[in-house]
Amino acid sequence: MNHNNRPLSPHLQVYRLPLTGIVSITHRMTGVMLSFGLFLFVYLVSSIAGGSDSYASMQEVMDIWLFRLMYWGFIYALFFHLVHGVRHLIWDMGKTYEKENLDSLAIKELIISFSLTLFTFIFV
Amino acid sequence: MDFRTPLSKVKGLGSAKSGTSHWWLQRVTAVALVPLSYWLVILLDMTLNAPYQETVAWMNEPFHSVCIIAWVLAVFYHSALGLQVVIEDYVSQEGIKIVAVWSVNLVFLLFALAALIAVFKIILVG
Repeated sequence: MNHNNRPLSPHLQVYRLPLTGIVSITHRMTGVMLSFGLFLFVYLVSSIAGGSDSYASMQEVMDIWLFRLMYWGFIYALFFHLVHGVRHLIWDMGKTYEKENLDSLAIKELIISFSLTLFTFIFV
Repeated sequence: MDFRTPLSKVKGLGSAKSGTSHWWLQRVTAVALVPLSYWLVILLDMTLNAPYQETVAWMNEPFHSVCIIAWVLAVFYHSALGLQVVIEDYVSQEGIKIVAVWSVNLVFLLFALAALIAVFKIILVG
């Protein structure tokens, strides 16, 4: 039997993902990144538990620009994952599946998660 | 009524019968994490910028420590559940898949304990 001539579904590499698809895979990627970020969280709380000396050296480490960048990456990933997670919960209730609203809702998600990050940066 | 064929039964294929609770607990922890993230962001900000005494005092507020402990419990569980789905989606080889999922579970359990012990030490010792 010849298997070479079968119809194929679009390969992910050549298929232009709709915005919902991009947001969806970003949700998964931020989820994995945040999971790795949890190790950083354990380092931070352990440094507080270690007393004022270990706290001070941890703050020195976290002052390095690369760690600051990772920190703000974590915060943005957190808000993105949170906002899209809420969207998933709304989807789970069987709502907002209308095709014509998908793009505008995805853009709203991006705006809200970016605004929350900016708000944290300025006010917290 | 049983619709499964004898062959599928003997091969052990099909539902493991724990998918619904996995899916449900992913949602339950997600809902819990939405408000709890607020205390996480405050704690992270203090940890990076506030003096030692201030951060410890903040953690010693009972309401704050409860929220942080609840966040730790929910987030490590939520994370392990999520990573399990990712592994199951991308790892096709059965043996590697099982080892990967349980390694993740074990590592996340240990780190959750480490986080909890650290929080308790901050509260009890200061």
